[in-house]
Formats: sequence, C-alpha cells, structure tokens
Amino acid sequence: MAEITYWEAIRRAHDEELANDPNVIVMGEDVGLIGGTYKATSGLFQKYGEQRVIDTPISENSYTGIGIGASMAGMRPIIEIMSINFALLALDTLINAGAKIRYMSGGRATCPFVMRTPGGTAHQLAAQHSARLARVFMSTSGLRVVTPRGPLDACGMLKSAVRCNDPVIVIEHERMYNMKENIPDHEFFRPLEGAEIVRRGTDITLIGYNYSVYLCLEAAKRLEKDGISAEVIDLRALKPIDRETIRRSVEKTHRVLVAEEDEAAVGVGSEIISTVIEDCFFALDAQPVRIHAADVPVPYAENLEKAAIPNAEDVYKGALKVMGRI
Amino acid sequence: MDKADQKRLLREMIFFRRFEERCFEAYMEHKIGGFLHLYAGQEAVATGVLEMARPGHDYVITGYRDHIHAIKAGAPAREVMAELYGKETGSSRGRGGSMHIFDPTVNFMGGYALVGQPFPLAAGLALACKHKKTDQIAICFLGDGANNQGTFHETMNMASVWKLPVLFVCENNQYAIGTRIDRSTAVLDQYKRVCGYNIPSSQHDGQDIEQVMEAAKKAVDHVRSGKGPYFIEYMTYRTRGHSMSDKTAVYRPKEEEAKWAERDPIRIYGAKLKKAGVVTDEDIKKLKKDVQDEIENDIIKFAEESPAPRVEDLNRYVLDDNPDPRWIGPLQNTY
Ligand SMILES: Cc1ncc(C[n+]2csc(CCOP(=O)(O)OP(=O)(O)O)c2C)c(N)n1
Ligand SMILES: [Mg+2]
Repeated sequence: MAEITYWEAIRRAHDEELANDPNVIVMGEDVGLIGGTYKATSGLFQKYGEQRVIDTPISENSYTGIGIGASMAGMRPIIEIMSINFALLALDTLINAGAKIRYMSGGRATCPFVMRTPGGTAHQLAAQHSARLARVFMSTSGLRVVTPRGPLDACGMLKSAVRCNDPVIVIEHERMYNMKENIPDHEFFRPLEGAEIVRRGTDITLIGYNYSVYLCLEAAKRLEKDGISAEVIDLRALKPIDRETIRRSVEKTHRVLVAEEDEAAVGVGSEIISTVIEDCFFALDAQPVRIHAADVPVPYAENLEKAAIPNAEDVYKGALKVMGRI
Repeated sequence: MDKADQKRLLREMIFFRRFEERCFEAYMEHKIGGFLHLYAGQEAVATGVLEMARPGHDYVITGYRDHIHAIKAGAPAREVMAELYGKETGSSRGRGGSMHIFDPTVNFMGGYALVGQPFPLAAGLALACKHKKTDQIAICFLGDGANNQGTFHETMNMASVWKLPVLFVCENNQYAIGTRIDRSTAVLDQYKRVCGYNIPSSQHDGQDIEQVMEAAKKAVDHVRSGKGPYFIEYMTYRTRGHSMSDKTAVYRPKEEEAKWAERDPIRIYGAKLKKAGVVTDEDIKKLKKDVQDEIENDIIKFAEESPAPRVEDLNRYVLDDNPDPRWIGPLQNTY
C-alpha cells in the first residue's frame, strides 16, 4: 500500500495500460511533452514516445472523432479533454458517432475508447470553465459514465474503462487531483458498475458522486453529533445507475437526499429521486431533498461562487430538513 | 486493364444503377422507409476509385449516400438491400437503414448521416493503420458540401501533421441539397482548399471511369507509399434529387441537367467499350437484362423473405452484450 494523489493514480493507470497493450494510445491537448494540465500523463510521452502519447491540436471534435475511428480499427484510445466545457465541441463525434456506432451497425462495429475530463468547479474559474454537464452524458444511450471519487477508483476504474469494450466517459474533478488515498502496490481493477456504500447509517441516505461524496461525508459527521445516523452512497457510475444499492439503502433508512454540484434541472438528483419513487416509494417516510447549485452561470467573485455551489453545510441542513428537524 | 475486366466494370456500373433505381421503386411501394439518398449519376467515382484500391483490405467510410460504396467495398448487395428493408439479415441487422450501412468484415466502416463526420473517423482508421504498420489505407468519400464543416479543416490539419495514410475523395456534384456550391462556398475548386493544410490534391472528371481510375491510382499509390494524405476531387452530378423529397426543378436548370445527362458515366463507358470492340449493343442489352434478373430474383427476393428483427432484441447492441465482469462488476456491497 502507498498513499498517492488522484493525479498520480490516473498517471499510474495510463502507465500500466500503455505497458500492457501496444494498441493503447493517449491523445489530447498537451498530454504529451508537458504531461497534461493536471500532470495526469506526466513522463509518459518520454517513456512511450510521441506515437503513443499524442499531443493534438485544439480540435476537440475531430481528435475525438480520430480516437473513435482508431478504436473501430482495434486501437484503445484514451482521449483527454482538458475541461468538460470543451467537451461540448466534441459532442457530435462523441454522441452522434461514438455512442451509436455499435447500435446502428447491429453490433458489427465497436468503438472501445475512453474519454477523460475534469468536470467540476475549481476556484474562481468563472462560467466558461466551471461546467459540470454529467447529465449530458448520463442521458445518452450507448455510453458508460463513471465518476471516481478518489485515487483507488481513479486508477482502478480507468484501467477497467480501457479494457472494456464500450465507450466510457470518466468525469474527474479539478478539486480532487491532489487528494490522497492508500492504494495497493499490485495491479488492481475497480468495476465500472455499482454504487458504493462509503459510510453506514440507519436514519437517512445521503447520495453523492464525485466531489459531492465528500460533502455528504462531512455532513454525516455533523449529523452524528445531532444523533442522526447517515448512510452515504457514492454513485460511482452515473450510467448505468445502481438502482439496487439505492433501493436497499432507502428501504433501510426511509429517507433520502441527493447532493450534486450541478444545477438541478433534468439532473443527477432528479434522476436518482425518480428511481427512488419508482423503486421504493412506499419505503419513504419523508419528502426527498436535492442539494444542488444555484440556477446561474458560475460567477467569478469568490463570495458569489461560494454562494452558487453547494457545500457541506447545505447538505447538513438539507438532511435536517428531511429529518423534520428544521 | 484487359477486356474481361472492362466488361466487368461496365456490368458493375449497370448493376449499381439498377440497384439504386430499384431502391427508388421499393421506396415508392413503402418497402423502404426513412431518408433515401441515391447515387445514380455518380457511379464512376466509387467504382473507379475502389477498383484502384484494395477493397476488403483498405478501410472505406462515407456519408449517407452509401449503398454503392458499401457494395463496391465488398458488402453483399443482398444484405444492403435487406438493410434498406429493415431486416435482421441486413448489413446492420436492420438497426441502421439506408444511411448507416456497415460491413466491418470487409472494412466498410459505415455510412454516417452527420455531414462531415466521417472526416475524422477516416483519419482515425488511418491512424490505426499507421500505428499497426500495415499497408492498409483509409478512403473517405464525401460531398462538396461537407467541406464547409469544421471537421474538414480540423481533420485535414491533423492528417497532414501526422502524415496519416488517408485518401479523401470529394464527390463534387455541385449541390448540397438545394444549395448550389457558389451560393455557399467561397472557393469553388474544392481541391484548392487543402493547400492551406499542405496536402497534395487534384481535380478530375468524375464521369469517365477511365480518367477516374487513372487519377485514383496515383492518389492511392501516394497514400500507400507512406507520403501522407491526398485529397482528390471528382466533378460529378447526381441524376435524381438529393433524397426522395426535393424537386430538382426548383434549384437546377433543365439545361444543366440535360448537359450532364450527356455525360452519364454508363453511357460514356459503354460508348468507349463499343468503340474498342469490347462489347456490342447486344451485349449491353444482355447485361442490363442479367442485372435486372439478379436484382429481382436474388436481391429483392432475399430482402423480401428475410425476417424483421425481433422486438425482444430491441436492447441488444447498445453496449457489449457479453461484458467481462472483471471490468464491469458490479461492485459488491456487503449489507
Ligand atoms: C451536420 C448536418 N447538417 C445538416 C444535415 C442535412 N443535410 C444532409 S445532406 C446535406 C447536404 C450535403 O451535401 P454534400 O456534402 O455536397 O453531399 P451530397 O448530398 O451532394 O452527396 C445536408 C445539408 C446533416 N445531415 N448533417
Ligand atoms: Mg454535393
């Protein structure tokens, strides 16, 4: 076991997969010579050469398309998009082609590629660098979407994403790249499906993904002081969603809150609560609550940004509301 | 090219024409649904270019006007027709339809509806060829209108910087649906547009299959020899409307259509072969009859008699239907 950061975990997954299979390539803006904006591919250009760790021009839609085309011919590309905001430029090749090629060819053509991108708010990056957009991908048939919350999943899920035969979107988070966690020294994989119960509790289920898992965990600690036992679930995968784990938890706690960093409308929270209503409506003892961002483009000023994005306090208060304590 | 091959090529073009005309009829009978884009008039381009390449070995990709490219690349014609009929035996198992013919067994990697989208996909196929150090190339057929997409510019740039083995074939039929090229495009000669990306290019007659082949051979050799991409433009014309719903009279002058009818590729090649003593009028008549019989008795029959996909299979092919649990899981929680 060794404690490493999130970015180091991603780097390790790349390194192991590049070593494992000569058809694995990495492509994206500045992933090569300078090792990636968040260091996630540092040293790999030097180790594997420019044919396998490819610095692309700033042409998101077409280099994504090139990755998809290459994957149809047997390659295993890991495509990095510098920020999820820029992924909007790649939606045509990604959603119109990548997500649909297997289906519209009747299963005869496949495109096993991975797209990694940080998708969260960082610190005062303002509206055009703070999009979250997970909902765009989770609502697209033909994709898998995962949201590793720490180094263990960041390494193990990326490796699984490279090996599996489907297009996988890995959504990371700017504020998680320097987080640390112990991960095994030996090679390991983490599955692309299945939510994880990261804290056990009996009174309320707090559901998060990506960075909002930490908000839930912090809120859970505070709730404990109030004598409320919160269970925390990390969704891990937004597509497909692990309805079973959610249902079993809610049937135990009878109360549910979903926390996300994105705006509420047509979002992760709405989707999760819909599944709860469909799967275990009669288990609920209280109205569910969604904790989410304000319905505004993310502002620059520090105080406004803070006000726009939910924090642990918001989750805590939301949980008290579900509990009928406020 | 020997006489037998010349005769075969003529037969192929006659076959392709009849295939498309038969699609038209089937569409009118409501046997084919959706959008249908026919290739009649442009046959010499796909036939000639792919004759000079190695179908089944090289990758081929195109837009929605894709039936003939697929067949010439090696997809069985009966499967293409069955696809148009929405049958389980179709090239894409009835999931794609006219605009999405696929046959990866012969490296025909699809028809795509999004104008310009195949540019980067083709470059990606070429990247894989280069990476695996095979002698394959990727051939991308698209229309003149596609060159106004961002993907054109982005892909030309990357294909050139990375010296990818990809041949871009521009089928310039001078119209994007009802918009004539001079109303939408600042540079009329499409081959000139790739100069900005340092890609060699040339423009040729797309109606005379001999000229198509001569130019295509040089272009294919260039790409296969590892010199990087090549962009070849063929001047051509579609006989029918863009799809089944537009009236060409609204946007194309009658005189222009008549002029191009003179330059029909089958007519041109048929006349040449007659003059060279390869075929007689009798032979051509017989070819037409044979082709008609084959399409009716084999291809249409197969499409008609094939089963529709099973509704129980609706959710197949979305993702890998037999995923490896090592990568997929699901993660087990202990309760
Ligand atoms: C991205 C996109 N925009 C618009 C359309 C609608 N559309 C379909 S074909 C076409 C014209 C394309 O013309 P061209 O590339 O010259 O090909 P041609 O049909 O002449 O073979 C248009 C506008 C589309 N399918 N995709
Ligand atoms: Mg055109």
